Amino acid sequence: MATIELVQVEKKFGDFHAVKPVNLTINDGEFVVLLGPSGCGKTTTLRMIAGLETITSGKILLNGEDITDKPARDRDVSFVFQFFALYPHMTAKGNIIFPLQTQGTSRSEIEQRLNEVVKMLDIQYLLHLRPGALSSGDQQRIALARALIRRPRAFLLDEPLGALDADFRETMRAEIKSLHLRTKATTLYVTHDQIEAMAMGDRIVVMSAAIVQQVGTPAEVYHDPNNMFVARFIGSPGMNLIPGTYSQGSVQLPGNNVCPVPETYRSTLDKYGYDKKVVVGFRPEAVIPSANGVLSSQVYSQDLHGSYTMINLSMNGEIIHGRVERSANYAINDIVRFDIRPDMIRFFDPETESAIKAEVRNV
Amino acid sequence: MPMVEHQGRAKAGVALRAGFSVIVCIIFLIPVFWMLSTAFKPRLEILSIPPKVFFEPSLEGFVSLFTVRSTLTETQMVEYANRKDLTWIDKFALDRGVAIVGPSQYVNRVKNSIIIAGISTILAVIMGLFTAYAFSRFKVKGEGDLLFFILSTRMLPAVVVTIPIFLMYRQLGLYDTHIGMIILYTAFNLSFSVWLLKGFIDEIPKEYEEAALVDGYSRWQAFIKYVLPQSLSGIAATTVFCFIFAWNEYAFSLMLTSDKARTAPPSIPAVLGTAGIEWAAIAAGALLFLIPVVIVTFALRKYLLRGVTFGAIRK
Amino acid sequence: MSNVDLNNITKRFKGVTALDHISFDIKNGEFFVLLGPTGAGKTTTLRLIAGLEILDEGDISFDGSSIAPLSPAERDVALVFQQYSLYPLLNVYDNLASPLRSPLRKTSETEIRKNVEDVAGKLRIGHLLKRKASNLSGGEMQRVAIGRALVRNPRIYLMDEPLSNLDAKLREALRIELKHLQKTQESTTLFVTHDQIEAMTMADRIAVLNQGNILQVGSPYEIYDHPATTFVAQLVGTPRINLLAGEIHDGNVYIKDSEVKFTVPNEVKLPSSFTLGLRPENVHLDDAGEFSGVIELLEPLGVETILHIRSGKQVLLSVIAGITPRKMGENIRFSIVHERLSFFDKEGTRIVT
Repeated sequence: MATIELVQVEKKFGDFHAVKPVNLTINDGEFVVLLGPSGCGKTTTLRMIAGLETITSGKILLNGEDITDKPARDRDVSFVFQFFALYPHMTAKGNIIFPLQTQGTSRSEIEQRLNEVVKMLDIQYLLHLRPGALSSGDQQRIALARALIRRPRAFLLDEPLGALDADFRETMRAEIKSLHLRTKATTLYVTHDQIEAMAMGDRIVVMSAAIVQQVGTPAEVYHDPNNMFVARFIGSPGMNLIPGTYSQGSVQLPGNNVCPVPETYRSTLDKYGYDKKVVVGFRPEAVIPSANGVLSSQVYSQDLHGSYTMINLSMNGEIIHGRVERSANYAINDIVRFDIRPDMIRFFDPETESAIKAEVRNV
Repeated sequence: MPMVEHQGRAKAGVALRAGFSVIVCIIFLIPVFWMLSTAFKPRLEILSIPPKVFFEPSLEGFVSLFTVRSTLTETQMVEYANRKDLTWIDKFALDRGVAIVGPSQYVNRVKNSIIIAGISTILAVIMGLFTAYAFSRFKVKGEGDLLFFILSTRMLPAVVVTIPIFLMYRQLGLYDTHIGMIILYTAFNLSFSVWLLKGFIDEIPKEYEEAALVDGYSRWQAFIKYVLPQSLSGIAATTVFCFIFAWNEYAFSLMLTSDKARTAPPSIPAVLGTAGIEWAAIAAGALLFLIPVVIVTFALRKYLLRGVTFGAIRK
Repeated sequence: MSNVDLNNITKRFKGVTALDHISFDIKNGEFFVLLGPTGAGKTTTLRLIAGLEILDEGDISFDGSSIAPLSPAERDVALVFQQYSLYPLLNVYDNLASPLRSPLRKTSETEIRKNVEDVAGKLRIGHLLKRKASNLSGGEMQRVAIGRALVRNPRIYLMDEPLSNLDAKLREALRIELKHLQKTQESTTLFVTHDQIEAMTMADRIAVLNQGNILQVGSPYEIYDHPATTFVAQLVGTPRINLLAGEIHDGNVYIKDSEVKFTVPNEVKLPSSFTLGLRPENVHLDDAGEFSGVIELLEPLGVETILHIRSGKQVLLSVIAGITPRKMGENIRFSIVHERLSFFDKEGTRIVT
């Protein structure tokens, strides 16, 4: 068990700022996800914690102990790679017990721990096979077993599901999460897939361009994104972000559409300014088609997803995604009237891209 | 080992590594420097012990390299001195008691080297290119075996095959001919060229040509338009390596040529002068012989670095 | 644009049968998707139609006439690859123009310019025309690759997983655009992918391919609601379908090792043991529900939450809208929608009810 603390941790490669100063506390037993597009700095951050990358400035603490200058092998953390990094000339069993053998653990202890992880991951039938003979999902299970057997203080996983086929990914996602529930181990998980992050994380650290954009629970980053990047990145598709102008109590949107502003935002937006540009944000499921809908747009295309349908509307060129019943059937260029659920509407400043938060009323 | 980079420490580390590299470079270049200085040394200072680093440079070596001389008797020297048509080289030689009889074979030998190495390299690269392309893109029956067979020609040391080739060439009248040497060098370079170029072409995704085929281009046009430009660095690297082999080749040239088609490598060490082995001339000859290779390599250096490492990465 | 007919296509590579007597047809103007996992034979099918591979058996025809004797160029198809579709040494304009400059087409430069600018406008890459192809982002590259296909007016567009190498956001955006383009142009397209979301959202009809065999051909809803095999059922739909072992006795269907049971009408003929297919959206949390279970795992995705419900020894997946106040370990009650069930026999083939 372990708490991990990052204090002003920063990484530069020459002139390139890969990670701008990060402050983060990961509590004991927590499953924290570092989420972001490729090149955002998430993997570099993970590797600094593992000791696979030097730190330009700042400190890393493990259970209060400063491990900044400790080499990787002395940090007592496990690292799981995207491409498994299994030794091809050893059997699965050989790969799994390798970390313990190098540490000089006794035979009986090795056997006991091996049985433990084999049971946890249900891989008994694979032990004598070589990685080359295994499917990618099974290979990743072996990699996980190898990480688990050491009983490290923390698990660091670098996009472990990236190399797997889609169907395996769903299964492995649930397996890893179940594993975490059973071991209650502090886990740091890196991914670019926001579905994985939402499904697995106790908290998500959203990163972009070397900067942490937001740290929060799945519900927080989904419903109250700090800025337009988080709003767009979380959710598939991301939040609809439509530019408009604020005038008293409503927002003028493209195509003569006027969107009413809920009470909770009135005072903040009034302070923000009349006739100022503002961005209206709402998720696809907030779109409610209705014959008397206040807003209207033209159908650009329609996507069938089986359990629901996604209509893609064009509001004078701005694309709006709406999630509707599977029975809905629209044709291209149909005009659709709709409302936006008032509790799911959000506002952003187009210049800073930050969210304009509603006034918190003391009741 | 500290994990946090400190500016000062980093700089010292870099300086240390750089210094070390410079020292290694200097050590490797010592023979070249020595050759350079020997070429300009007057005869008496060449073999002196301890070796002379500073000396009065002289063009004796070069003169010996490019000319054939004969020693003059006392009377002949006086006679010569009175002639009006002496060039500075003649006077130079006269000071040393010899007269220039005519040019040496050095220039011819170098010419032969250029012709033979040049043409055989071009042939090896062109033929290698098409062969490599065929192996890479088409399903050739027994491909693995054929490629191994091609590679195996390089496994035999030159010395071992020289005698059979000597006999063959004698029969065919190819002994001491340019054609004979060109064929031989091309054959030996071909294996290397095919293997190296196949590696490069394998790295070029075949989707480019397939898209071109589907769009209506013939395979030849697709090759010229899409494959060739992308394989230039590979071709450059292959050219340099083949050229270096052919240029420096010694054993075959020594045993399969005598005069007309003899290249420079076997003839340089054999420069004999009136007073025995002319070390300065040999050094001068080797030095000048280095120059074309250095020029070619330097001109293609941009491609070389990419070429040497590129083919090593297999998907 | 043409109809395309594949008849009993067979292709072998070194003793392995990549395609085993497959047949399907693509109607003029249709967006047809070939869906299957890696190694199913999808790319091979595309390459056979394009003429980059030769058939071992069977025939392919365009509008009724066989294309077997035609070279790739003569078949007049446009191909979009997954990657390496753009020539990195040329700029975008020349890449787009290259198909029109081939000796087969003999188009004038003015004609070429018109075509290229037209397509660039449609794909919104007009501002990139002078840029070298190696200086483009992944999304821009694929747009240009699709543009290369669009500049021609081929009989069919063949697309080999063109969106696979793009990250999730780009894929979503390009998918919508591609679909919009195809619908407005009415171009016959054969689109190959392993991503079922792409298949479901873009296709007019889907053919599911696995290990060289076609398992089912149908519209997205046909595949989704009436999958022909358990493999097809698991392939489409996220979260994946619940496949549960079932038994029938006394006119009741029982899900093995759980307390779930329901009655079936007499006309339904089921073998004594079978596999039940139940989509997660048809498992409803219901305080008045018939069955009880425990929430073993919660996956909050924001727009919906996936629940792993343990009932007896079985785990069922359920999906509910939004973020739920329920917690892990909570006891809950649930019900299932009978009308949307699929039944499969021992071999995994659908039992028609």
